[in-house]
Amino acid sequence: MVDQYEASNDVTVTLPRLTERIPTVVVDDAHVIYRVHKGAGGGSTPVAALRRLVKRSSAPNIQEVHAVKGVSFTAYRGEAIGLIGSNGSGKSTLLRTIAGLLPVNRGAVYTQGQPSLLGVNAALLNDLSGERNVTLGCLAMGMHPDVVARLAPEIIEFSGINQRGDFASLPMRTYSSGMAARLRFSIAAAKKHDVLLIDEALATGDKGFRKRSEQRVRELREGAGTVFLVSHQLSSIRDTCERTIWLESGVLRMDGPTDEVIRAYEAFSNGK
Amino acid sequence: MADTALVDPETGLTQAQLAARHGLRVAGERPSLAEYSRRLWSYRHFIAAYANAKLVASYSNAKLGQIWQVLTPLTNALVYYLIFGVVLAQNQIPNFIAYLTTGLFIFNFTQSAVLAGTQSISSNLGLIRALHFPRASLPLAATVTQFQQLLASMVVLIGIVLATGEPITLKWLMVVPALLLQAVFNAGIVMLVARMGSKASDLKQVMPFILRTWMYGSGVLYSVSLFERLPGWATTVVQFNPMLVYIELARYSLLERAPLLNESLAQLWLVGAAWAVLAGVGGFIYFWRGEQEYGRG
Repeated sequence: MVDQYEASNDVTVTLPRLTERIPTVVVDDAHVIYRVHKGAGGGSTPVAALRRLVKRSSAPNIQEVHAVKGVSFTAYRGEAIGLIGSNGSGKSTLLRTIAGLLPVNRGAVYTQGQPSLLGVNAALLNDLSGERNVTLGCLAMGMHPDVVARLAPEIIEFSGINQRGDFASLPMRTYSSGMAARLRFSIAAAKKHDVLLIDEALATGDKGFRKRSEQRVRELREGAGTVFLVSHQLSSIRDTCERTIWLESGVLRMDGPTDEVIRAYEAFSNGK
Repeated sequence: MADTALVDPETGLTQAQLAARHGLRVAGERPSLAEYSRRLWSYRHFIAAYANAKLVASYSNAKLGQIWQVLTPLTNALVYYLIFGVVLAQNQIPNFIAYLTTGLFIFNFTQSAVLAGTQSISSNLGLIRALHFPRASLPLAATVTQFQQLLASMVVLIGIVLATGEPITLKWLMVVPALLLQAVFNAGIVMLVARMGSKASDLKQVMPFILRTWMYGSGVLYSVSLFERLPGWATTVVQFNPMLVYIELARYSLLERAPLLNESLAQLWLVGAAWAVLAGVGGFIYFWRGEQEYGRG
């Protein structure tokens, strides 16, 4: 449990420098707290609900989860940053906060432009066909209907869900989890991004799809200013990122060149 | 201290100063009201597509599919007619079945919109935490879905009204602006309960009671002349009840001899329009002020 901040700063200074480093994401002592309803304590009847609504102040069945505890770092243009840490260490929460989808409770997150989160969690409507979900997802990302009409066949083609018959016209609840994840990734990857946040998006799907999606991420990276990648597959972090941030139970444990951080992280995980 | 450790080694700036120097903006900052309205307008295709999708999805597991859009209001009307028209033998209202169905369908528009709106944020948290779009799209889409349902109900209603022998008159056209005013009113109320429901999830359990009370106060099931027996101030309160106003506007347009509580047509329109503006603008501003918080759940 050595404090790594100083070391990381030394390393940052020796990194190969562009003429002027332009920050794209600045995270300043960010805290994120989820409020979780543990379910009704005093029964779930409407009368009990009314009583709870009236006496809001007590709220006995709410638990707070402090997911991100005072994380600070700066990301610069042209960087690809990996985010690692055990399950529940706050990686996904941090990405959502950078994307502006979850507000911070304390501290601040500053970004250049609008970061886009590329996740497999984008909830779609399970009762609708894959085709309709593609249209809906693209519109939700702010695309114009003409563009959507043009892109939709490409997206379905890329996802490969039609390899086993005409699945695009079937409701999504009939899809296997892998197929659904592939379709979600394909929708999210259809857009160009400035700051790109990728959350475990490459872990889904079979080998062929993984290859195609890694290729797609590389293309997206070339167009993007800064890329964040959350993954439990250290190999894909090693392949794509030169800098890595290690989060452990909501605290920034280490920030520096990928090789060093991954070595420390592996030593930590094996030692547990 | 993380702060001091992360001061930029060259410039010596703190994080906030560094961000300010390079013109970075706070992530997920709430846009101004004008900017927000503009963004919302550019998402109109999404709102329409989402509303449509919800409508289709709600019947996708039923064998009869979209026919339920017409069957549901019909069965509803039938049940209430059996109880109030046949069992309780309501006979002081001429053409009771048309009177009842008009009130029922108009009220149902607001009722189902409000119920859908209460959950429009909390049931879409996955979408909200994954994608960027003006959150008001969700309550607005819920309103549009219910408006489409209403149009199906209106077809049924016109059929009932004609079948019970009401003449077609020019007054029928007034139904259109009346429904539009109600739609704006609904949109405002839906945005209001959407924000409230996103914080207090218990609202979902309480809402049916509020709506039931509201329905009894809107003269849906019985003659509005009953309200005249109330003390004077209570009658005035009921007269300004927006739901009663919208129902009376529809009854006035479609039915020849329906009893009305508000005798003055000008007053009906004025109160109806005032409620629409008040709820529409108020609900929108109230919802916009919470824009950053919806992802937290």
